[in-house]
Parts: sequence; structure tokens; C-alpha cells
Amino acid sequence: MQLETERQGVSGRRIALIGNPNVGKTTVFNLLTGMRQKVGNYPGVTVERKVGRLSGEDQIDIIDLPGSYSLSPKSLDERIAYDVLMGRLPGEEAPDLVVCVVDASNLERNLYLVTQVIDLGLPVILALNMTDAAESAGVQIDVALLKERLGVPIVSMVASKNEGLGKLKYLMRQAKLPARAERHWSIMPVVDEKLPALMALLSEEVQEKGRFIETLQCLTSDLMLNVWKDRSPEFYAAILEAREQLEQVKAPYLQAEIIGRYAWLGPITAEVAKRHKDPSERSLSDRIDAIVTHRIAGPLLFGLLLLVIFQAVFSWATPAMDAIENGVVALGIVVRSNVASPWLSDLLVDGVIAGVGNVTIFLPQILLLFFFLGLMEDTGYMARSAFIMDRLMNRVGLSGGSVVPLLSSFACAIPGIMAARTLANPRDRLITIMVAPLMSCSARLPVYTLFIAAFLPTGTVLGLFSYQGVAMFSMYLLGTVLSFFAAWVLSRFVFKGDSSFFAMELPPYRRPRLRQIFWRMIDRAKAFVVRAGKIIFWMSILLWFMARYPSVELDPSFEARRSSVQETYEASVAAGGNGEAAALILEASIQQLDIDAAGYRIERSFIGMLGHGLEPVMRPLGFDWKISAGIVSAFVAREVIISALATIYSVGDSDENSPILREKLKADRYPDGSPVYTPLVAVSLLVFFVLALQCMSTLAIARRETNTWKWPAVMWLYMTGLAYLFSLVIYQGGMALGLG
Amino acid sequence: MTILDLKPGQVSRVVNWSTQNPPARLLELGILPGTEIELVRYAPLGDPIDLKVRGYHLSIRKSEAALVTIEDINS
Repeated sequence: MQLETERQGVSGRRIALIGNPNVGKTTVFNLLTGMRQKVGNYPGVTVERKVGRLSGEDQIDIIDLPGSYSLSPKSLDERIAYDVLMGRLPGEEAPDLVVCVVDASNLERNLYLVTQVIDLGLPVILALNMTDAAESAGVQIDVALLKERLGVPIVSMVASKNEGLGKLKYLMRQAKLPARAERHWSIMPVVDEKLPALMALLSEEVQEKGRFIETLQCLTSDLMLNVWKDRSPEFYAAILEAREQLEQVKAPYLQAEIIGRYAWLGPITAEVAKRHKDPSERSLSDRIDAIVTHRIAGPLLFGLLLLVIFQAVFSWATPAMDAIENGVVALGIVVRSNVASPWLSDLLVDGVIAGVGNVTIFLPQILLLFFFLGLMEDTGYMARSAFIMDRLMNRVGLSGGSVVPLLSSFACAIPGIMAARTLANPRDRLITIMVAPLMSCSARLPVYTLFIAAFLPTGTVLGLFSYQGVAMFSMYLLGTVLSFFAAWVLSRFVFKGDSSFFAMELPPYRRPRLRQIFWRMIDRAKAFVVRAGKIIFWMSILLWFMARYPSVELDPSFEARRSSVQETYEASVAAGGNGEAAALILEASIQQLDIDAAGYRIERSFIGMLGHGLEPVMRPLGFDWKISAGIVSAFVAREVIISALATIYSVGDSDENSPILREKLKADRYPDGSPVYTPLVAVSLLVFFVLALQCMSTLAIARRETNTWKWPAVMWLYMTGLAYLFSLVIYQGGMALGLG
Repeated sequence: MTILDLKPGQVSRVVNWSTQNPPARLLELGILPGTEIELVRYAPLGDPIDLKVRGYHLSIRKSEAALVTIEDINS
């Protein structure tokens, strides 16, 4: 009976988990919930919403709030955290209990947030994490005293070693919630005496327990105050008046809360956390830093690490990607031989299976990159890399943290854009996402290879560098330079109002925990497959449909050719010729016939029509309808232009090194006899591929990461605009100089 | 004197912010009048800097550090 009432007490309980960044909050969340997590977004914003069930419980939900230094919202993440705790989000009531995860080795700053959470008037449990790190730093924490001072239950723990979890779970399950703690700190009197009157104005709108902090927030932040402009004009006006009065007496009211909290926290921390080591003694972490952020060794080490990551994502992923590709092909063959209806087997193989392939093909790179990113974050090196690179990136309006996402985009923009999550500042993150696809990814490489090998002269510059090598290098350089330029433009003109100041914690180095890293790899891969994968899958089917339909009757000449080769074969056999040789010739002729028919069909398909339709627009860049159709089909993925051209030119299966395709391209002529492809056209096309956003997967992941179609749309428009402009200038300029 | 006048390894105490509206985030992170601050080192390219504040390492750019006036605590 008693058990039952206890069950009822926790039924439907919702517990929020909050803490500063880098305190092991995610580890605690993972350990509490196991893999029973749901990841989504808060409605309309980029902030990730993570909810899980307490393992071994069906009644208790845990909400993992974004890492925050403070509840006075300065970033979207903190705004969300505050709104969740206040029960402000539509459809979300305030949690019943808040677990604050704090880093025991960095108590004072961590407790700042805790005092704010206590002021919300919700029951609080303090999870004092990383007590091992505190101990090895020579800090002894008097937990009983801290508990007395704060007035909340405390669990000492080392989440990475699974210590203390049991006790935390036990407390979270208790039917009786901890009592509300009192506010102990005091705000400067000149501000304090204004508060009661202001708080009274909120008496109908905000519950008693949240009134104090809400009033304080509004006093110091326009962002928070604007909410009340319409809801309570009276309160709004009163706050503005109070601010004016405080300004007149020169009271530093904007900083009053911060000063007040630290004034209380400083002595308490000193009392509770006893140092038994000389503070001037250098910790191991400090000694590592002396090397890792050393003037010369630091950048060298970082460069070396990037090289390894680059190598991994570029080449170590290749075998797995090849295996996926071969698997897709093999599966297609099996399906074709088992499905009788050609229409259905086409849909399954070229639509569905190819669509699944287009999604899974990215997984090896995503997993590998996130292994390294996890390693960097978990050890604390990520912050150092940003520390090293910040100055360079700051010049173009980015911050040091953008380096890894941008470099990863050389392999593929998908993991690169996902890696931008490591950036704390939303402005930096968005700019990084917007410019990452300009970095030449590995899918552009086959396109570069084909056109450079086919149309650029062999020979060397200064007897050292081949023209083709220089051309290849120029493609990479062009993309990189323009991505920095785009970042500069975006930060200068588009996001100019947003603050971009930089404040980054350099957490102590820690031993990486493979389990955490593995968890995150799976997490990211899942997010990609579930969210972006859907879009990629359906786009693949749409593009397949556009390449296959409308289904046209073949020209009668095909039938005539078919019967003529059949007759030739029969005649040759009848004349007593070599039957085997004749059969081979027959087979080859029929194969060529099929390839020609495919070319005939694609010209009349929607993609062919689009190619023809686009020709007037693309002519000024030097592109005919075939290249235009190739560009349209390359929207699946850039390298698809090669197989598309192969189909259009009736070459059959080809890759970028196929000499037949190369010769066919070279031999193609306009009706007036002039060649379709000149070196100038090739350069124009190359530049177009460097700059254009020819990749639906990039759009899909940008949609997922920014949680709106607005930014992917802007991305597509500005990149395609740049591509058009550059190709236009190159082709028309080249023609004017007589290079055509 | 501002933070930028310190030599790497030197400890001092914050007097105030020499601006009307200091970045609130930096205050919340603990850079307040009376706080002890050590300039640990400069980044390899000279900016940002690594500070030790309230027992942890915080990196901020020189442009913000120049706004923090300090006093020598050895004198």
C-alpha cells in the first residue's frame, strides 16, 4: 500500500538536468537514461531538445537542458533553458525537480548558476560531479557544510566512473521532493528596494516563486522585458521607470545581480573548498598546455592532427564507402533478377535502393569525423584548437572553433556542417554552416578529374608543376578563398548586429572516455539518417522519376536497327560463318542499341526537357543542353554528372577515368561544326562546380541543423548565384579575349 | 593598467571595467571588481589570451581584456 502511494508520487514526474558546459552533464544524462532518449528540436529554433526516461522507471522523464553558464539568457540555448524551467514553453509545464550538475574542481563559477536555479523556487538536487578531478587538483570539499549553506541535497559523484549514480537515482525517485531552498544572497539595497513594487505587478501573471528572478531578468535585459510589452504594459512601464531612476543615481543595476551572487559565493566557496596544495603549483593540465598552446609546437601539433583527421575522413572512409556502393549495386542486381515487372524493378533499384545508398554512403565519413571530434572535445583539446586559430579566423568574422568544421568540409560538407555544433556562439555556427559547402568536397573530385584530364593541356609550369595539377589546386583554392570571403560578407553585413565577443573556457585535460565518444558517434549518425536521410531519400526518388519519365516510344529507327543486326547475325550463321563470333557481335550491337536508347530516352525525359529549357540561360556560360541536363541530375550528388553525361552520350557505364567518355566529349560538335567542349567551356564548368550548391544532401542537413528552410534556401541561392556569375565572367571574358 | 599590461604568469586584482556596459557574460564568468586574475599566456598568434580566474582557465580576446583595469597586488 505504501509502495503504491510512493509510485503515485513520482508518476509523471519531470526532472530537468542543467549545468555549465563541460561538467559532464551529458554523461550523467546518458547514464540516467541509457539509450532511451528522444532527440528533437524545440519548436522553431535550432536548439536541440533531449528527453529520456530514467532507466528502470516508466514514470520519470528527464529533460537535458542545453549547457548554460547563467539563466540570464544571452544565447538561444540559455533562453530555452530559462523558459523550460519557468514553464513558459507551449505544451511544457515547469519541471517538478531540477538536478544541477556542477564541476567540483571549479566550484565557485558553477555555483553561480545553482544560486539562480534555487531562486526559481523549484526543488533542487545538486550533483557534485568530478570530485576525483577536484581531489587531484588538491581541493577538499566539505559536502556537509556546502549542503547546509545552500540548503539543497547533494550527491558527490564521478559520472565518468559511474560513481554516485545510484544515490542520485535514489533521490530522484523519492516520492517526497526536497524542500525549496531559501535565497541567501542579497542584492545591493538601491536595487533591492525597488523590487517588491515591481514584483507585485506580476502577481497575476507569474507564480510567486518565479517572480523575483523574472523581475530581475527584466530589469537587466531588454530581451526579457519585451515579452511583457503587450502582456503587462504596466509592468513594462514600471521597469523602464525603475531603470531610469537607477541610472540617475548611477547605480550599477545591470551588474547588481552578478555582484550580489558572487559576493555571497566567494566566501562560501573559500570556506567549503579547502586547498591543500600550493595554488601556484602547476597542475598536469597546465604543463600540457605549455606545450599544446606553445607558440611553435602548438600550431604544429594542431596541423598534424588536422592532417590525420583529413586523411581519415578522406581515405580511411573509402573502403567502407566502396563497400556500401558495391552492396547497393549487388542488391540492385538481385532485385532486378527477382522482380519481373521492369517498371517495379526500376523503381526499386534506381529509385529506392539508390536512395538508401545515397543516405548510407555518408555514414563512414560522419562516424570517423565524429570519432575525432569526440576525442578532441572529450580531452579538452577542442577549446585549445579554437584558442590557437581564433586570431586567424577572427579576421574574416569567424572564431577559432570554425576551423575543424570548415576543414572537414573538404571531405564532405555533411559531416562538416554537423561539426559546426561544437561552436557555442549561434552566429559563428550559422556563418560556418553557410560557408562550409564552398570548400571543395570529395564529390567534386571526380568532376574535376574528368574535365581537367580531358580538356586541359599536359605540360608544366616552370618545368615543375603540371598544368593539370595547378588547375586542380586552383579549384580548391577558389572554393576556400570564396568561403572566407562569404564569411566576411555575412559577418559584416548580415549578422552585423549580433555580438561576436569571445569567452571560452579552457577546461582541464581529461582522459577520453571511449564509451562517451561512441555514444556521440551513434547519436550524430542517427540524427543524420533520421532527419536528413528522409529528405535525401525522397529527393533521390524524385530525381529518378525525372530521369525516367515521361516514358516515350522509341523512334522506329531503333526497331529497324534491332531487326537489321538480328538479320546480319542470322545471315552470317546461315552462311556458315563463325557462330560464336557472330553471337558476340550481336550481343555487342544490342548492348550499344540499349545504350543509345537510354540516351534517346533521357533527352526526352523531364531532366532532358529541363536541360533543353535551361539551355538559353546556360548558353552564356558555354553550356549546351546536355551539360545543363547533367547539372540538373548532379543535384543528387555532384559526381552523378559523369554517369548522366555517359548516359546522354551513350557510353554506358563510365567513371571519370573512362577514355571513351573523354573522347566522346571532345568529339561533340554543335550543328555549325564548332566543338561543344573547348578548354574554356571546361574551365567554366569546373568553376561552376566549385561554387554551385549541387547537392541535395547538403541542403537537407542544413535544413536539419538550422531547423528552417530559410538558410538552406539562402545558401542555394547565393552559391548558385556566385557560380553563375563566375562562370559567366570566365566564359564571356575568355571569348572576348579570343580564347574560345 | 589593464590586463594587457601583465606579463605571462603575473597575478593582479581587477579594479573595474573601463566601460559603461561591460559584456555581462564576462561578469557572470567571474571577472568582477576585486577578482584575482592571472594572465597565463597569449595564444600562439598573440590573440586571444588565457586567464586564470576563480580557479579555472578562461580565454578572452585582447579587445575585451583591454577594458579591464587592474591593480598590482604585490605592492
